[in-house]
Formats: sequence, C-alpha cells, structure tokens
Amino acid sequence: MFRIVEKRELNPTVTFMKVSAPRVAAKAQAGQFIILRVNEDGERIPLTVAGYDRDAGTVDIIFQIVGATTEKLNALGEGDFIHDFVGPLGRPTEIDGLGKVAVVGGGVGCAIALPVARALCDAGCEVHSVVGFRNRDLVILEDEFRAVSTKMKIMSDDGSYGEKGLVTDALRSLIESGEKYDRVIAIGPLIMMKFVCKLTAEYGIPTVVSMNPIMIDGTGMCGGCRLTVDGKMKFACVDGPDFDGHKVDFDEAMKRSSVYRDFEKHAREETCRLLKGGNANA
Amino acid sequence: MPNMRNTKNEMPSQAPDVRNKNFSEVALGYTEAMALDEAARCLNCKNSPCVTGCPVSIDIPAFIKKTAEGDYEGAYGVISKSSSLPAVCGRVCPQETQCESKCVRGIKGEPVGIGRLERFVADYHRKNGSGAAEKPEPNGHKVAVVGSGPAGLTCAGALGKLGYSVTVFEALHTPGGVLVYGIPEFRLPKAIVAEEIGQMEELGVTFETNTVVGRTLSVDDLFDDGFEAVFIGTGAGLPRFMGIPGENLNGVFSANEFLTRINLMKAYKGDGDTPVMHPRRVAVVGGGNVAMDAARCAKRLGAEEVYIVYRRSENELPARAEEVEHAKEEGIIFRLLTNPVEILESENMFVGGIKCVKMELGEPDASGRRRPVVIEGSEFVIDVDAVIMAIGTSPNPLIKSTTGGLETEKWGGIITNDEGETTRTAVWAGGDAVTGAATVILAMGAGKTAAASIDKYIKERG
Repeated sequence: MFRIVEKRELNPTVTFMKVSAPRVAAKAQAGQFIILRVNEDGERIPLTVAGYDRDAGTVDIIFQIVGATTEKLNALGEGDFIHDFVGPLGRPTEIDGLGKVAVVGGGVGCAIALPVARALCDAGCEVHSVVGFRNRDLVILEDEFRAVSTKMKIMSDDGSYGEKGLVTDALRSLIESGEKYDRVIAIGPLIMMKFVCKLTAEYGIPTVVSMNPIMIDGTGMCGGCRLTVDGKMKFACVDGPDFDGHKVDFDEAMKRSSVYRDFEKHAREETCRLLKGGNANA
Repeated sequence: MPNMRNTKNEMPSQAPDVRNKNFSEVALGYTEAMALDEAARCLNCKNSPCVTGCPVSIDIPAFIKKTAEGDYEGAYGVISKSSSLPAVCGRVCPQETQCESKCVRGIKGEPVGIGRLERFVADYHRKNGSGAAEKPEPNGHKVAVVGSGPAGLTCAGALGKLGYSVTVFEALHTPGGVLVYGIPEFRLPKAIVAEEIGQMEELGVTFETNTVVGRTLSVDDLFDDGFEAVFIGTGAGLPRFMGIPGENLNGVFSANEFLTRINLMKAYKGDGDTPVMHPRRVAVVGGGNVAMDAARCAKRLGAEEVYIVYRRSENELPARAEEVEHAKEEGIIFRLLTNPVEILESENMFVGGIKCVKMELGEPDASGRRRPVVIEGSEFVIDVDAVIMAIGTSPNPLIKSTTGGLETEKWGGIITNDEGETTRTAVWAGGDAVTGAATVILAMGAGKTAAASIDKYIKERG
C-alpha cells in the first residue's frame, strides 16, 4: 500500500499527487513511468513519473480524469492509500550531450514533459518550452516550466491564454526565427505528436516522442503496448516509451488506443454514478 | 493382491457443454473409493521407473502405497518431501510424458493414474490437513528469489524448509507467476495457488510484490542488501508474433495479454475493472497448452466459433493430449496443417478475418518433426473478429541488460550449468528464463536443483 502524501487540483480535470514509494523514488528518472492499481481488483494503469524526491521517498504523478480508474484515483485524498504502485518502468529519456532542445507539451502531456525539461535544464541544456492547452482554464504547470526554460511559449486553441494557435505554429515560428535545436521532444496527444513530427521532419530536426499505449504488466509480458517503429514491432514498455518520432506509425497507434473506448465510456459512467451516490450525503 | 484392471479410473469432470460456459474447474477429482481402487493398481516396483520420469523425483510408489492404505496424510508427507506444490502438479503436470510414461502397467494397458492420485492426496490435505508445517530453525542466511512462478516458488520453498530467510520479489501485484496470470481458473483454481503460497509464508518465506528486479531493484542492490545468493526465475518474456501483415489490428492479442486480462485481472468474473474483448469468432494460432487455454477461455467468454490454427498435424501438437481432448469436447474447431499469412482488416479497423494457406508435411527438420510445406494456391480465409497469437515467447531483456556478468544465449536464455549456476558468482537461474517456454514441472525441477546448489554454496562459504 502506498500513501498519498499530497493532493492538488491543477485544473478541474487534472490532479497532482505525491505518493510515498521510496523504492520507486530511489530509481526514477525523467521519461519513466509507473503502473498503479487504485484498489483490489482494480485496473492497472500506466502513468508517467512527473517528479520524484529521493530523500523524501516520494514520486509525483499527474493525471487527467478520463476513465473509471482515474475517477476512482481522484476520489482518494491525502492520507489515503493506493493499492499497488510499481516502477520505475521503461527507459529514461536520453538527455546526454544535448545543447539546445525544444520541449513541446500538449495538455496533460505537459506533466510528462516537465520532468524532461527539468532534467535537461539540470544537465546544463538550453530549454525552450512550447506548451499548448485547449483554453485558459486547462493551463497547468506554467510556473514550473518557466523555471527551467530560457524561452517559453504558451498556446491555447481559443486564444483565451497565451497565443491563439497550436503548438506546431509556435514551434514553426521559433525554428523560422533562426533557433537551432539539437532535438525536439514532444509529449502530448498522439495527433499533436504526429504533427510536431511532420513539422520537424521538414527541417530535419531529430524528434523524440513519448508513447503511452494500452498496457497491462509494463514489463514486457503482454505485448498490448506494441507499436510499429521504422516498420518493426516494438513494445513501448521495454523498448520505450521514448521513440524516434519520425519513425513511429502514429495512425496505427491512434487506432490501437481506441480499442476499449466503448467499454471505458460505460465503465466511467458507472463509476461516476457510484461515486456520486456515495457522496450524496457528504 | 494388486488390482490388475488394465484401465485407469476415469476422472470425473463437468460435462463439456456445461463447462464450456463457465470458469469452474473442469476435472472434479477422484472420490476416496476411486483413489483407493486406483492406488491398488500400483505394483510397487522395486526399481520404480516412474520416479525417473519425475523432474522433482517424488517417491511415487511410497506415496501410492500410503494412499492404498488409506493413510492420505502420510501420502502427502511423502510427496511434500520432494514437491512444494502438490495440488498444482497434480493438475497441470504432463504426467503422460513423465512418470506415467515409465509405469510398468502402461506396457499392457493404461499406466497408474499417478497425477490423479497426487491431486487426490493434495486435495485431501487441503481439506483435512493438520494445518501449518513446522517452522524450521532459522540458519541466519539470506537468499533472494526473483519471480514467483513455479521455479521461484519451488526454490523458495526448498530453501525455506532448510531454514534460510528467503525473500521472493514479484513484478506483478499478486504472487504466482504463470500459475496466476496464465493458467486459467478452470484448469488451476487461483485459490489453490494462493493456499500453496500461504503455506510458504507460514514457513517464513517473504513475498514482495510490485517489485521489478532490473528496474525497482537491481541484482547488485540485492547483494548490497545482504542477500548471499540470488535465484532468477523470471519466466517467459516478450510474446512472439509471426511478422505477418495485420498483427497490430485491434482484436489481435498475444495469448499472454488475453489470458492475463482474463486470469490475473479477473475479467472472467465479469465484474473486474479490466476490459477484455468478447469476440464472436476467434482464431488461436499455435498448438501448445497456452493455445488450448486461450481457445477454451474464448469459448467460455461466449465466442460462437473458436479455431485452433496450427501449421503441423495432430501428431505434432505440443499440447498435452488431455488438453487437446478437452478442447475438442468443448467444441473448439481444429484447423491443422494450416498457417496464417495475413490478418485482414474490417471496415472499422478491427480484425475482419485471417487469411491462411494449407500445409503438407515434408522431410524431417532439425527438431526431428516433419517440416510443414505450403501447398501452392491453397489460400483461404477464416471469418474471425479476433486473433490470439500463442506461438511462444522470447526471454525478457530486463535482467540481462541490468546485471553485469550474466551471460545469455544468442536467443536470450540465461546460460547456466546443470546445477542452475549462471556465469555470475552467487547467481542461479531456472525455468523458462533459461530454457524458453516449457512446463511448470520442469521449472520446478530447475528451482529444486538450484536450491540444493545454493545450499551447498552457502554452507561451503560458512
């Protein structure tokens, strides 16, 4: 059992939790993920490590409430326990030898992009951050990104915060203005990563993406997380989650991510009903 | 006088058209009368050839003699001297190719039903046993076991009985390895695995779940923590796929994924949080026990038609004869001498069918089995909405890539000597991580051998 030592709402649908997991904290690095089960008989879900404190023995997770399991997780509070919490899984993001990097984050993907930006900054790299959200209310981690970035662009789809437009618009203008990046690291919705890669391919900038497919064990056993990279089958849990974005088959990954959509929609509705019922007198 | 009837007592089972709709255990076990009758068929041979067929060398004639005398607890005592998991082995061991294949009674008729008797004795003990085994005097030495499948459990159990302080590290949230995530409830009830693990805990073995050795802890960390020896029993690894077009379509699963969703994540109960697809028509590719398990699970989830697609003939099916028989009785359709060449896409990006070719057997290949050869122009399509790949696994690279000095074969299996010692000092390995996909009992044999070698190593060090 793993105790939640801190819980904060970052926006109405995104929550931050600090979880006591000393062994995971001791080994975690930027780009890796954990798998948790909220309760006995719960589903195993992967979440990327958003931060860690080796001395305190804590690991940060940031999640969007999208389904039954994240709904249940969000119903827990400080002092409550998460049933299972295993990691760190996957390979850390490679940051060695990079001089200047554009980190592109979209929506809740910013939670994953932040530790990468932080690790790059700590390694002496110049970091330009481009983060995008649908609207002002969904903006998260702005101060944290500013603290580790020499340049920062915030985009919103509707123009209610930062500049109106997509992260690709901002990235293109940075590149066009003469910024030379050793690498672009893009983390966010599949569709965003696909278009970032399309853009950087035009300019020949190496681009790394972090994939977050469906998985069960996270250790290479189930093969549910397989994707096609450079025409070959790869397992995100052991070969990734980071891959060369110019070689990832995003269209296939998007299809694969939707396999349980109907089931998940139903499960979430059920859970919402149960949680609401439970809180009726609260 | 021994009972000289030439046939075994039949195993009482759920009727096929009943059991293929539920996940309860198929075989119901001998009654006491059946067990007494079957035990009386044993000739108690002096040279006991059956024992040579047992990977963990159970004194089979001795336990059957006790059974025939009605001393079932005595019989259990004999078995448990050699085996840590009697209730498991009595259910999933391929006795027909092991102990029973050596039985003298098999020359003129059917061999003694050794596996069925083992199961009877183990189940008797579960129901009537006198409780906790005596806790051995701790000897002050610490051993780490990585993986809680059959190899790891056997190694841990054997060392625990000798007084070692054993900690078993398991990556998943529940111990048991393939006994829990792979073998379905209807063949091996999870409650039985939990009981066997509970008995080990009573012996003093500690289980640490949610710990991935190679990520959460390294083998070096284990030595730093004071463990004097490490046994690696991490089992099968990455599922294999065929490399044909369409394998990443929705509705194509590895058998590992399909079975894990159903067994470990309890989708079979219908009320778990983990989704599993309920396909209408399913092709399971492969002919081993895992393929049979996946096919029979798909049937139980309500599939109308379930096919086993296997490229060789019935004679070469690697699955236990009993499992093949059970599958057929339950309505699984066998498409033998058939090999998939492409998985077809339906309009909605899900599986729409599987294109296969017919095969014929040619000259024997390196394995001694006749090599299947494609019959030109024999392409045909089976209408399915799901495909399950059950064609084996390749070892997980996690431990190898994080453990210095641990050498592996080209295909990834950990290299060991006959004692289970790896190329790294104080590290042993056994089970599928060494041999590639094999049986529960072979993994147990490896765990037992390694435990004896670890004991010798630690005692010699003093």
